Amino acid sequence: MTDATHGVGAATPGPARVSTNSPMRLALRRLMRHRSFRVGLVMLLLIVLLAWAAPWITNGTPNATSVRVRFTPPSLDYPFGTDNFGRDLWTRVVYGARVSLWIGFTVALLSAFFGGIIGVCAAWFRRLDSLLMRIMDALMAFPAILLAIGVSAVLGPQLSSVIIALTSAYIPRCARMVRASALVIREQDYVEAARISGASSLRIILRHILPNCLAPLLVTLTFVFAYAILAEATLSFLGIGTPPPHASWGNIVAQGRDFAVEAWWIMLFPGLAISISALSINLMGDGLRDVLDPRLKIEG
Amino acid sequence: MTDKLLDVRDLAVSFRTDRGWIPAVDSVNFTLGEGDALGIVGESGSGKSVTALSLLRLHAERNTRIEGQVLWRGRDVLKLSRGQLQQLRGSEIAMVFQDPIHTLNPVLNIADQIGESLRIHQGMTGAAARRRAIELLDTVRIPDAARRVNDYPHQLSGGQRQRVMIAIAIACQPKLLIADEPTTALDVTVQAQIMELLRQLRADLGMSVILISHDLGLVSEFADRVMVMYAGQPIEMAPVDALFDLPLHPYSDGLISAIPDLDSDLDRLPTIAGSIPEPTRRPAGCRFAPRCPHQKADCRNTVLPMLEAGGGRAVRCTLHVTDKRAVA
Amino acid sequence: MIKLILTRLAQAVPVMLIVAILTFVLMKLLPGDPAVLLAGEGADLDKVDALRRELGLDRPLLIQLGSWLADLARFDLGRSLFLNQPVAEAIVERLPVTLSLAMVAFVMTIPIGIIMGMVAAYWRDSWVDTAVMSLALVGVSVPNFWLAILAIILFSVTLGWLPSAGYVPIDEGLWLWLRSLIMPAAVLALFQIGYLARMTRSEMLEVMDQDYVRTARAKGVSELRTVAKHAFRNALVSVLTVSGYIFSLLVGGSVVIEQIFALPGIGRLLVQAIMARDIPVVQGTMLFLGFMFVAINVLVDIFYTVVDPRVRYD
Repeated sequence: MTDATHGVGAATPGPARVSTNSPMRLALRRLMRHRSFRVGLVMLLLIVLLAWAAPWITNGTPNATSVRVRFTPPSLDYPFGTDNFGRDLWTRVVYGARVSLWIGFTVALLSAFFGGIIGVCAAWFRRLDSLLMRIMDALMAFPAILLAIGVSAVLGPQLSSVIIALTSAYIPRCARMVRASALVIREQDYVEAARISGASSLRIILRHILPNCLAPLLVTLTFVFAYAILAEATLSFLGIGTPPPHASWGNIVAQGRDFAVEAWWIMLFPGLAISISALSINLMGDGLRDVLDPRLKIEG
Repeated sequence: MTDKLLDVRDLAVSFRTDRGWIPAVDSVNFTLGEGDALGIVGESGSGKSVTALSLLRLHAERNTRIEGQVLWRGRDVLKLSRGQLQQLRGSEIAMVFQDPIHTLNPVLNIADQIGESLRIHQGMTGAAARRRAIELLDTVRIPDAARRVNDYPHQLSGGQRQRVMIAIAIACQPKLLIADEPTTALDVTVQAQIMELLRQLRADLGMSVILISHDLGLVSEFADRVMVMYAGQPIEMAPVDALFDLPLHPYSDGLISAIPDLDSDLDRLPTIAGSIPEPTRRPAGCRFAPRCPHQKADCRNTVLPMLEAGGGRAVRCTLHVTDKRAVA
Repeated sequence: MIKLILTRLAQAVPVMLIVAILTFVLMKLLPGDPAVLLAGEGADLDKVDALRRELGLDRPLLIQLGSWLADLARFDLGRSLFLNQPVAEAIVERLPVTLSLAMVAFVMTIPIGIIMGMVAAYWRDSWVDTAVMSLALVGVSVPNFWLAILAIILFSVTLGWLPSAGYVPIDEGLWLWLRSLIMPAAVLALFQIGYLARMTRSEMLEVMDQDYVRTARAKGVSELRTVAKHAFRNALVSVLTVSGYIFSLLVGGSVVIEQIFALPGIGRLLVQAIMARDIPVVQGTMLFLGFMFVAINVLVDIFYTVVDPRVRYD
């Protein structure tokens, strides 16, 4: 017995569904309606704004010491108090935002970029796959923070080594994720069609594979951004991250640790700053995931 | 009436989406007596499965609104408490779903899945439920039941899984079995076997059955009465033979002519032009009007109730009905 | 199934080899010449050269790698430059501390994380969901070293309930052992609890949309039982996969936590060795941890085949 549905209405196409919205605009609209994404976005924009306006809203000299005002509790003059060198913590925390956000963002971008390339290559050039993925597995064997500690130890305490250390820790995670999506996409009919019609590998990757990996990659990138901020703070706290006197939230907490009881404000505010930044980015990540790729699983 | 097992009155279902509440089904009225077999037929999107699921309130509660009444032996299912509803489900009314690949739990074995309703509704112990599960597998004709009962769903073929689904459904000898596209996902030969099984079980157990299908041919071989649905509404209700003799609604007519007839030598099947409107773009009056070959001037604007057509028939169209009396 | 286990074990071998080579290469890149470090500042060049020969640092890199791998096969990780003991011994000495810490944190993480995720999924979109998930979000956003300091201030300094530092071996008393670990473990677990809760919730929501959950409801199974049995059994498979990963993360995180709570574990050994440029120790510790993580992954894979009937019979 034949399917009656196929008979009904099969001869002529129905009234064309008029779609005024591209998928991208639709996703954007749904994102802006997503409550936690909105909250996260506003929080992050606020933090970025503060970091950008640092020279105008602070005294502009995060490393200026002043023995007379050592260990001043939060007050009108020093909203976050001062540290053991008499440095203004409000200034240091706001300037620290520049370091932390910049490192976090750079790490996220670089990891996504290199991870994306490796993941696509592993998925497309099958002969490379097992070698690339075994290396990624070996790197993944280490929790990100541990790998970052190892690499950072090798490279010595500099801003650039923190970035390299964290990037090398997150590349495998991005690569694995992109490879998984690319493997699915390469089996799609339209990729097969492109291959049969003689499109080059590069063309197929650029036109079909990459664009379709972007959504999960964007979600991963966002979470890596949050993790990287936490990881940078951790490295700096251990003394193998952003080197003093550069103000980084992690090293301010480390420095305030010795005075945590008497001068609690030294460690309190940078820690809050880390938490709020990570929170805002995680909120955005949740929104992106819900809208773009609800089934995606991220491994920290 | 008291001899009615099921009496559905003005059932309407809507779902919450990104764009607010969207009506899926409305104006559903039908009754079912003891031992009846009713077929619900329609294209995908006609609302037949939505209707079936709402009889047991199986939609996700937080974004579904069900209005009207579903009277089961005089009690409104829609007003039952959670506990009362759970007592009803699986014991008095049971359900078989379409795709047997996904409807069985992949990590539980067959004995557990069949035995579960027995343990819940009949208070059976594990061992007794297991013995009964084996009997049930025999009843639905799965060979080597005593061994297969330990299997997991992925070890069975599609047809066997659907037999297991049926075994689960009849475990507590329900009064009503709702079968929602029970054979759609199966091979044609398996389809026939499953339908034969259902027919026999219906006779043996004296159940009423509601069979939901897009396939009018399949329904006509099984049911006594057919309700045809289109764009979220029933548009014709008739005994099977009467419907085939003279469909009163142009849509039913289209459906019947679309069934391939082995005796005819037509090269192609007649089809109905156009497609079913989306829930948000339904015409105000007759929803079929834009595709209807007999469309009249006021069809698109006049909201019609189901009209009495005699011989236990009702239709939402004036084409063949002269005495325009709404069904009581 | 046995074949599957053997395959997984075989697959782990090249990963371990790559871990070993990576560790070796990484350490060769470390600035500072171990011979110079060991000879002490201002030592004459002959002595440094002699030391270098003794340590085998004058040989070609590939030979060094080969002999290092050969030593590895005999569980010989070399000698610490400063601790005056073999690296393997130093690690084994400190292993119980790290494992205790990670285990206690693990035992906190798994039930709490899973229950939070299930509760949130069960009362999806209600205030319960919002509250539990906000808590989980805070868990994955607050840096644990900072939280550790706050916890010390509150529970040790202010309230005086728990010791702020130090480790008590388990043979000195179960309670004392637990007391020394409870705060560091809780702080360590917080991120993972948040992570697991978030992951369990999304896994549960996905599973609860499946047709077989509807089948269970249609059978008259109670809502609680539907979620706890039908949905959770399925979600459990992926939850278990991450639990091995979570254990690895806990061991990784203990590096920081041991530092703050002065627990003499592997993490503290590693950080101190990095500060002192004690290369054999850094190398040995990283390698040991790497091997441990690979082993955990293999165990999880094997476990996975046991709990998932679909994998079990294929």
